[in-house]
Amino acid sequence: MTIYIKRDNLREYEIPLENPTLLQALKYIKSELDRTLSYNSSCGSSVCGSCAVRVDSKERLACAHRLVGGEVIEPLRNTKVIRDLVVDSHYPLSFNQKVQTWLIPQSDKIELTQESEAATKLQSNCILCMACFSACPVYEVNHNFIAPFTFTRALRYLKDARCKDEIPILSLLQTDGIYECTLCGECSAACPQDISSKDDVVALRNLSAMSGFVDPNFLSSFGGGLEF
Amino acid sequence: MQNSKIIIVGAGGAGLVAAIKAKELGASVTVLCKQRPTNSQTCMAQGGINAAINSADSVELHIQDTLKSALGKADSKMVELMCRAAPEAIEWLDKIGVPFSRDSSNTIAQRMLGGASAARACYAQDYTGLKILHTLYDQCLRVGVEFVCEQMLIDLIVEDGICRGVVTLDIRTSSLQQFHSNATILATGGYCGLYGEYSTNASNTTGDGIAVALRSGAMSDGLEFVQFHPTALKNSSVLISESARGEGGYLLDSNMKRFTDELDARDKVARAIYDKMIDGEDVYLDITHLGEDFIDKHLPQERKLSKLYENIDPVDKPMPIRPVAHYSMGGIQCDNQTQTAITALFVAGECANHKVHGANRLGGNSLLELVVFATIAAENALKAPISQITSDIDLTNNKEFIDSLFNENATINFYHERRLLNSTMYSHVGIKRSKTKLTEALKIVEQMSQRVEQMGVLDTNKTYNTELVEFLEFLNSLYLSRQIIQAALKRESSCGAHYME
Repeated sequence: MTIYIKRDNLREYEIPLENPTLLQALKYIKSELDRTLSYNSSCGSSVCGSCAVRVDSKERLACAHRLVGGEVIEPLRNTKVIRDLVVDSHYPLSFNQKVQTWLIPQSDKIELTQESEAATKLQSNCILCMACFSACPVYEVNHNFIAPFTFTRALRYLKDARCKDEIPILSLLQTDGIYECTLCGECSAACPQDISSKDDVVALRNLSAMSGFVDPNFLSSFGGGLEF
Repeated sequence: MQNSKIIIVGAGGAGLVAAIKAKELGASVTVLCKQRPTNSQTCMAQGGINAAINSADSVELHIQDTLKSALGKADSKMVELMCRAAPEAIEWLDKIGVPFSRDSSNTIAQRMLGGASAARACYAQDYTGLKILHTLYDQCLRVGVEFVCEQMLIDLIVEDGICRGVVTLDIRTSSLQQFHSNATILATGGYCGLYGEYSTNASNTTGDGIAVALRSGAMSDGLEFVQFHPTALKNSSVLISESARGEGGYLLDSNMKRFTDELDARDKVARAIYDKMIDGEDVYLDITHLGEDFIDKHLPQERKLSKLYENIDPVDKPMPIRPVAHYSMGGIQCDNQTQTAITALFVAGECANHKVHGANRLGGNSLLELVVFATIAAENALKAPISQITSDIDLTNNKEFIDSLFNENATINFYHERRLLNSTMYSHVGIKRSKTKLTEALKIVEQMSQRVEQMGVLDTNKTYNTELVEFLEFLNSLYLSRQIIQAALKRESSCGAHYME
């Protein structure tokens, strides 16, 4: 089969393997056809998050995607391409630091309940592959928009019974955050772990409203109404 | 007071635990890693982490089980230390946010794994390692650990027998960097990746830290003890966790008959399967009788992996499996404070031999080991004298070494050699060994080493040159393979995972 890889230009590669994963094809290219192809991979079993790329404009883990032939392979979007299929991860990952997506350990013991554990099961399956980040259309207009995986991580900790104060994380989600999301669902479609950051944004909006944060769009629509 | 400057190499579970602990104790901490912090091998641990925390269990039983499985090759004091520290380790992980699965009374649920006399493994479905690793990473960000990613360890800076830092290859630019420290902790992982497609490990788990440490004067310990996991998917070597058997899965032969105690120690189960395969039979892991609801609740990852990589839904059909290399029991020799033969160089996790697994590791003890000993490594690293940080050293030798790897006239494809090394290690230094096979393997490896001059990196681009990284990994694999074979040849009688015919 033939596949195409977007590098400095679109290159064509002939892969004589039967029903390979994209990662197997990349390894074949590297060892047999072209040593100059750069890509990242590690575990080969869909859990380390290092091999996400775009296949025919859809985000996929190279190790989990079976090729049929004719596919166009590209690096992830919305961040700098370092070389071939390798992109800069520093910028997308910086959003976790910005939103402080972590638990602040408490001195008194708080039990995680079975219910609370079940509620964060999906969100804590995130492998930080950055597929959702690449799929998100908001970056075309706003580079400061908080990464979809950061919303998911924020919700993971906010819904954890051991989280004592929800306000710090919620307050960091108000600007360039939950209200800028268009709820288009591209992130959900891209996630190899079946997480929906879109749904998590909706949940975060509800949590924000319950904690007294106000949707700025809601305010401005009222402001406009009072003027005439 | 001046802060202690600590360099940690490796950002898997061990590296991140050491980083959090050292930072909380007041050190300035920099973690160097080959890719990104959450890409490491730890995310692949599925089954659980052991601690005697329920009334049907006791620390004494945990110690006994671990020692029994280790077959005299563990240090009972170290095993005792680890098992006694286990409940506290779980408590700490729970406190920082690991979402351990709960039972109906909201206490941490535990499952049975092989060789255990009680349900002892705390788990987060079958994503235990992933969830621990990511929680640790988030905590590193909270306490302000500095990460420098895409750095491959090349050398240690050792002056008068004291480790004063490390030299790395900055993968983004192919240039050398040096990082100076008062103490250094290696948490670089094991070496089972050198079994290539015959391993559950990531292809880049090539024991780089062990190779570098040994070349710099550290000692090795027990490298011949390589654990073969009984149940990897047959065609892809993707791991199916022991929890599948712990939750009641069966091993079946070609006649769909059970043939061994599924929850025996891993070395014995692996050999029982291997014997069937040598007889030409196929071996299957069957969890169909557990039912779809149970599988989706407790073993969701196993189902996903089997469907994806073997095209078999384990709800309907047994999964074809084979044993492959999984865990390095051996590693860098260290004392009971994780100190190596080089002063101010400490080790934690799979790259070290903490003398707790001996000849055969129990499932659930590796995640425990990394928490317990990374904590000890961090505490001891802080005790290293805060001498003045050395100024930059001359890296001419390292630079010449890297330059020498570029060889546009290479006539031998090292990727082909790597494949030969992988298959030789599996067939000759595998589940069943013999003096003849080991001697033959040594010869193959020595001949390969002689061919290295005809190999090299063809790609001259210095930006993110992954061929250079893979060639360095191959050289480390080749170096360690020889060490493993030599260690195996020295141990003439069978012991646990080292089985001699």
